[in-house]
Amino acid sequence: MTAALVQVEGLVKHFRVERGLFRLGRSRRVVRAVDGVSFAIPAGRTLGLVGESGCGKSTVARSTLRLIEPDAGSVTIDGTDILAAGPRQLRALRRRMQIVFQDPYGSLNPRMTVRQTLAEPLAIHRLARGAEAERRIAALLEEVGLDPAFAKAYPHELSGGQRQRVGIARALSVEPEFVVLDEAVSALDVSVQAQVLNLLTDLQQRRRLTYLFIAHDLAVVKYIADQVAVMYLGRIVEQAPAAALYQAPRHPYTRSLLSAIPAPNPNAARQRIVLPGDVPSPVAPPPGCHFHPRCPHPKKNDRCRVEAPRLREVAPAHFAACHFAEEPM
Amino acid sequence: MTEPLLRVRDLKTYFVTEQGSGTARAVDGVSFEVHPGETLGIVGESGCGKTVTSLSILRLIPEPPGHIRPGSFIEFEGRNLLTLAPRELRAIRGNQIAMVFQEPMTSLNPVFTAGDQIGEAAVVHQGLSRKAARRRAIDMLRLVGIPDPEERVDHYPHQLSGGMRQRVMIAMALICHPKLLIADEPTTALDVTIQAQILELLDRLQADLGMAVMLITHDLGVVAGSADRVIVMYAGQVVEQAPTVELFARPLHPYSEGLMASVPRIDAPPRQRHGRLHTIPGQVPAATAWPPGCRFHPRCPYAWDRCRQEEPPLLDAGTGEPGTHTVRCWLLTEPRRRTPRP
Repeated sequence: MTAALVQVEGLVKHFRVERGLFRLGRSRRVVRAVDGVSFAIPAGRTLGLVGESGCGKSTVARSTLRLIEPDAGSVTIDGTDILAAGPRQLRALRRRMQIVFQDPYGSLNPRMTVRQTLAEPLAIHRLARGAEAERRIAALLEEVGLDPAFAKAYPHELSGGQRQRVGIARALSVEPEFVVLDEAVSALDVSVQAQVLNLLTDLQQRRRLTYLFIAHDLAVVKYIADQVAVMYLGRIVEQAPAAALYQAPRHPYTRSLLSAIPAPNPNAARQRIVLPGDVPSPVAPPPGCHFHPRCPHPKKNDRCRVEAPRLREVAPAHFAACHFAEEPM
Repeated sequence: MTEPLLRVRDLKTYFVTEQGSGTARAVDGVSFEVHPGETLGIVGESGCGKTVTSLSILRLIPEPPGHIRPGSFIEFEGRNLLTLAPRELRAIRGNQIAMVFQEPMTSLNPVFTAGDQIGEAAVVHQGLSRKAARRRAIDMLRLVGIPDPEERVDHYPHQLSGGMRQRVMIAMALICHPKLLIADEPTTALDVTIQAQILELLDRLQADLGMAVMLITHDLGVVAGSADRVIVMYAGQVVEQAPTVELFARPLHPYSEGLMASVPRIDAPPRQRHGRLHTIPGQVPAATAWPPGCRFHPRCPYAWDRCRQEEPPLLDAGTGEPGTHTVRCWLLTEPRRRTPRP
C-alpha cells in the first residue's frame, strides 16, 4: 500500500440560502451540501465518488481543490495543507492538481483556439513559451489522441468527444499529480465514452496520475475505480474497494442503487429494489439516519429514526454507515 | 399476426443547413412497424435520427428548415398521417398518439399548474368541463403514483421534483388513453433510483391500458429491460431490427456488436487493473455527408471493397419468420468475413 497522496478529513461545506423575495424575509436556511466527508487516495490510484443529483459530490470536488472555500475540515496533497495555504503557495499547488468538467461545451472558451486554451496554463505557471510551448501543445494533443492540426480549431469545430479530449489535455498541460474528473464522461455517447475512459486509464498508467472520479453512473465507476465511496445527502454512507462494494454492498442505499441500474441483458433476473419517494431536501434532512424514510431494510426500526449511524468498518477495509450493515436484506 | 398500429415506410426527413453546407439527411429511408400493445425500442447515439423519426410521426418537425420528403409514408390505423389536414391531425395528436419528452423541466409550462396541463388534452379532445378535467387530472396523478394528488394538482412545475415532473408528463400523455405512446428518452435526465420508478410505472401502465410504446433511448440497459423488439439506428438508417432477446444474444450488425461491447456493464466481473473497454474507432459522420456505400464502413472492423461502394439493403438474418431479424450489412451474404482485420 502506497501512502495517500490526497487526504481529505472532515470536510464540511454549508450554503446559506436567503429566503423570501429580495431577501426581505431574513430567515436563513442552511443547505448542508457536504457534512463531514473524509477519504484518502493513494498515489496512482482512483477513488470513485458516486451518488445522485444533490448528494454533494460536486461540492466535494470543488472544495477539495479549494475552488470554493470549505467551512471546515482539512485537505492535504502530499502532506501540504491546501486549505491553510496562502495565495502564492496555493498557486504553486494548483499546478499539481487539476480538474476536468462534465460539459465539454461550457468549459472551453469559444473564442479561444485549442492552441490558446492549452498555451494559457503553460504561460500562467511559467512552464513554457514560444517554440517550446508549441512543441508541448503538439505532444499533448497527440497524447490525448488528437491530430496536432487541431491546435488551430475553435471549440465549435470539434465534436463532444474531441472537446473532452482538449479538456483533458488542458488539465495535463501543467503536469499535475492529482486530477479531479467531475462527471467527465457523462455527457458522451457510449462509443465515445469508451474511448475517453480508455484514454484516462492509459494516461493514469503512463503519468502515474491520482484520480478522484466523480460520477452518477455506477457501471462506469466500476470500470475505472480502485476504491468507491457512495454519498447520500452530504455524507459518505459506504466506502470500500471496488470489487467488495459491487459484490457485497452493505448499505441499503448502495444495494438499491446497484439493483436499479438496468443491465444490458434481457435475460437478467429482475430484482429491482425500487425506492419510494425522492431524495429529501438537504435543507431539512431527516433526523437520525438520513436514509431512513426511503430505506427498504427489513430490520429498520426506531433507532434509525433517532440515531445517525457512524461510518464504521463492517468488513476489512469496508466501511458502511448503517446500524444493520451486517444483516442480509 | 395482427395488423400493425403504425406503419412507417421509407421515411425521409431532411434539413436545409444554415451555412449552405448542404442538406442534412437526418432520417434517410426508415421503415418499421409498431403492433398494438408492444414496446418497440429504438436505440442509437446522438445524431442517428431517432428523435427526428419520432417527431416526424407527430409532424412536429419545424418547416423550414426541415421537411419530410415526398414518397415517405406514415400510416396510423390505416390513415396516412402525412396527408391529413391539420384539424384531422390535431384530433389524433395528444389523443390517440401521445408523447413524453426527455426534459421534464422544459416540456412543462411554468405558468400553469400541473392539473391545468394534465387536463388540457381532455378538455380539447373529449370536451370535458374544467371541473371534470380537474377531477380526471387528480385521478391521473394518483394513477402515476404521486402522493397527495388533491394537493399536487394545484402545484406549479417548479414546486415538483424532477421525478414528479416526469410523472406529470406521463399523466398528461395518458389522460386520453392513447393507443400509441412515444417516449423519447423518458428517463435520461433522471437519477437511477427515480429512473427505476418511472420504468416500473411505464411497464405497469402499458399492461393496464394495453397501449403500444415506442421507447427511444441511447441506454441499452433500458431497452433490454423494457422492449419486446429493438431497432438500432445509425446515420439516419435502421441498421438492425430484431426481437430484444435475440438482438442481445446475437447482434449481427458490426455497429450493434460494437455498441454492446463498449458499454461499461454493471453485471461484468470486477475489472482487471488497467483493463480496457472495447471501442468503436472514429466518430459518427456529419448528416450532410454520409459516407458512400455502407455508412458504417469507415468505422467497421470487417469492411471490404463492396462495403465502400455498394449500400447494403436490410437483409434477412434467416431466424424465425422472414422479417423477424433484419440487418443492413453485406456480412450476411459472406459470413466467413466476420473475422476482424489484424
